[in-house]
Amino acid sequence: MPTKLSFTATVSLCRDCLAEFERTQRSCVVCGSDRMVSHPELGTLTTAHIDCDAFYAAIEKRDNPDLVDKPVLIGGGKRGVVSTACYIARKYGPRSAMPMYTALKMCPHAVVIRPNMAKYAEASRQVRGIFDSATPIVEPLSLDEAFLDLAGTTTLFQRSAAATLAFVAREIERQVRITVSIGLSYNKFLAKIASDLDKPRGFAVIGMADAVSRLHDMPITKIPGVGPSLADRLKVDGFFKIGDLQAKPESELAQRYGETGVQLARRARGQDTRRINTERESKSVSAETTFNDDVSDIVELRRQLWLQSERVSERLKKNGLAGRAIALKLKTSRFKLVTRQHRLAAPTQLAEVIFRSGEMLLVKEAKGAHYRLIGIGVDDLCEADLADPPDLFADGPGRQAGIEKAMDAVRAKFGRKAIGKGRATRTK
Amino acid sequence: MKIVIERAALLKSLGHVQSVVERRNTIPILSNVRIDAAKGNMSLHATDMDIEIAESTAADVGKGGATTTPVLTLYEIVRKLPDGAQVELTTSSDGGQIALAAGRSKFTLACLPVEDFPAMSGGDLSHSFKLGAADLRGLIDRTKFAISTEETRYYLNGIYVHATKSDGVNVLRAVATDGHRLARVEVPLPDGAAGMPGVIVPRKTVGELRKLIDETDADIEISLSDAKIRFGFDNVVLTSKLIDGTFPDYERVIPSGNDKTLEINRKDLANAVDRVSAISSEKSRSIKMACEKGMITLSASSPEAGSATEEVEASYAAGQLEIGFNSRYLLDILQQVEGDAARFSMSDAASPTIIRDVADGSAVYVLMPMRV
Repeated sequence: MPTKLSFTATVSLCRDCLAEFERTQRSCVVCGSDRMVSHPELGTLTTAHIDCDAFYAAIEKRDNPDLVDKPVLIGGGKRGVVSTACYIARKYGPRSAMPMYTALKMCPHAVVIRPNMAKYAEASRQVRGIFDSATPIVEPLSLDEAFLDLAGTTTLFQRSAAATLAFVAREIERQVRITVSIGLSYNKFLAKIASDLDKPRGFAVIGMADAVSRLHDMPITKIPGVGPSLADRLKVDGFFKIGDLQAKPESELAQRYGETGVQLARRARGQDTRRINTERESKSVSAETTFNDDVSDIVELRRQLWLQSERVSERLKKNGLAGRAIALKLKTSRFKLVTRQHRLAAPTQLAEVIFRSGEMLLVKEAKGAHYRLIGIGVDDLCEADLADPPDLFADGPGRQAGIEKAMDAVRAKFGRKAIGKGRATRTK
Repeated sequence: MKIVIERAALLKSLGHVQSVVERRNTIPILSNVRIDAAKGNMSLHATDMDIEIAESTAADVGKGGATTTPVLTLYEIVRKLPDGAQVELTTSSDGGQIALAAGRSKFTLACLPVEDFPAMSGGDLSHSFKLGAADLRGLIDRTKFAISTEETRYYLNGIYVHATKSDGVNVLRAVATDGHRLARVEVPLPDGAAGMPGVIVPRKTVGELRKLIDETDADIEISLSDAKIRFGFDNVVLTSKLIDGTFPDYERVIPSGNDKTLEINRKDLANAVDRVSAISSEKSRSIKMACEKGMITLSASSPEAGSATEEVEASYAAGQLEIGFNSRYLLDILQQVEGDAARFSMSDAASPTIIRDVADGSAVYVLMPMRV
């Protein structure tokens, strides 16, 4: 039998035994499984989005079988937000990014677990390894999701991209013992939408022919970049569903919303020309903390700001990076998010410079209000060799670099707590 | 209030005061100009709460009074009126509006009560002296470029003006620095300035003042305290708050022991730096200067753009030295040198370099080298 070089005729695939069929099958004639995925374009689509199902919670359940049939919330303390809600918990309403106390009101019997990032990172590394075995073109978005470009892998693996994805899902279940959901389409936007359609343990496909109709009834918030405020504006203008956007020509949306309008029109029609980017450089480095009790005291806010500045600086130094834009983030007790930016004359990686910029922004902003969160970030990153140029004066960044270098050396030898600045200590 | 005034006179006055007004204002009255009319005279006031500019000009006052109205709108209207037009300004009886009429054009603008307009009292200005406009322009022009824009060190966001002694001579000195370069310029101390407090004049004030004095030859009347400064000439008065901070001890960063002296034609050097820096990367703008007997070699390289070198003749007798500079900063300083030759006093590749105009001892520039 001649080697089959193309799998473009595949329309049905068994997700258990990876058998491919050129006619739609309800169940697998090879292994009998009914976990089939069928789509007229199944054999030609190669852009995928893979998302781990309730990742943090799944890992906790994997490691503690007692939790398997209980609602589990992963998140920080009394005041933190929910990082992940398991599928049992989600039945009661909790979702990720929801404040923990709201989630606990909906689901009081949930088991709350503090995130163990080291463990998740290890699982993520394993998952990433399985992605890499399928294709070299992987764009990780976070610990638990990634885009994969499988174009050109059919010849190598002698199977369609869809079959390779089913193989990846099977391997993750076998090796990492968690489940994933797969979205397969012809661009990133649609792949991401698809992965969300059939969760958990799903495999959804959107093809060229059905993209517009599949999008038609979805809410506009499914389009990345349409957050609550843009959605409100669009709703006022009569756009509720993606179909409402499809009904308007691109030129009209462009006129109304500018560049955003162009994007909206294209996404609504399932168009997305972004390539899968394997070398995604980090655009910013930031750190934040949510307080156990709201803070209005400027001294304490400053202290917290300093601690976060040190964390950001440590990561910049570790990665040989520096940045010119400093961004302060505050969240009030009423959940109003405030961000303020400051641009430096020269890029920095120093905790002291990051802190002073943040402090200046903080003093202008914090006038007695109560805050639940403070964060600081550095954007507009560049290589560290341009950072913190020599300065004429002792209070300039150049001299601060020497101080921090000395402190870092002490910490490297005797541990983080061996030396610190006075402002890190609590005054009360 | 009823005033008739020639368009050109009104335009000139509005032009002077409008630029202090912030384009985006959250407090409506700060977008307004205050207009006072009395006895053949019209005066305009505009402010951003830190700076106030006032100007008075002769006008045909039919009925005295005062009001405030959006200055940018008024300025735009007057700018677009034909040359030579007579402009009539009349407030409505309830004071809520002002009517502007010129030829066949008629406009009505909203007014806000004059009582709401923030007054910037001069307070007690302890010292007063006069300085020629050309001298003041010189102090500003040769230091302004070095003012820091970095707000975290807010006390560097202006020009430090103070009275001091230079080689036994009493001088009025202006200093500006951003930590990477420093400019120090002086003029003989004017009468009345002795004992004045050292003050930091904010960058915006410097910019506004420089625009106002661009064309005048008058003596500028300067009055100041440790919190405010006032500049007056012709019919214009600019009052500004000062930066409340301590300017660093700049004398300590001007090295005294730099023994490697380089004298070089300013124009040749500036042109060469300009050419070679085309290669240096957008972000660093660094350029290397290698000094040897009788000449220097400028060079720059970047992984993306390639490399460049250029030799420039110079008088240099000290030992070989390689030193890196930010080309932009070096050009900024060379631009201030008016004579033919610039003198560099250097120590090593990591210490501040002094640059002077060979023909003019009143200015000293300090430049921090870059790591190259």
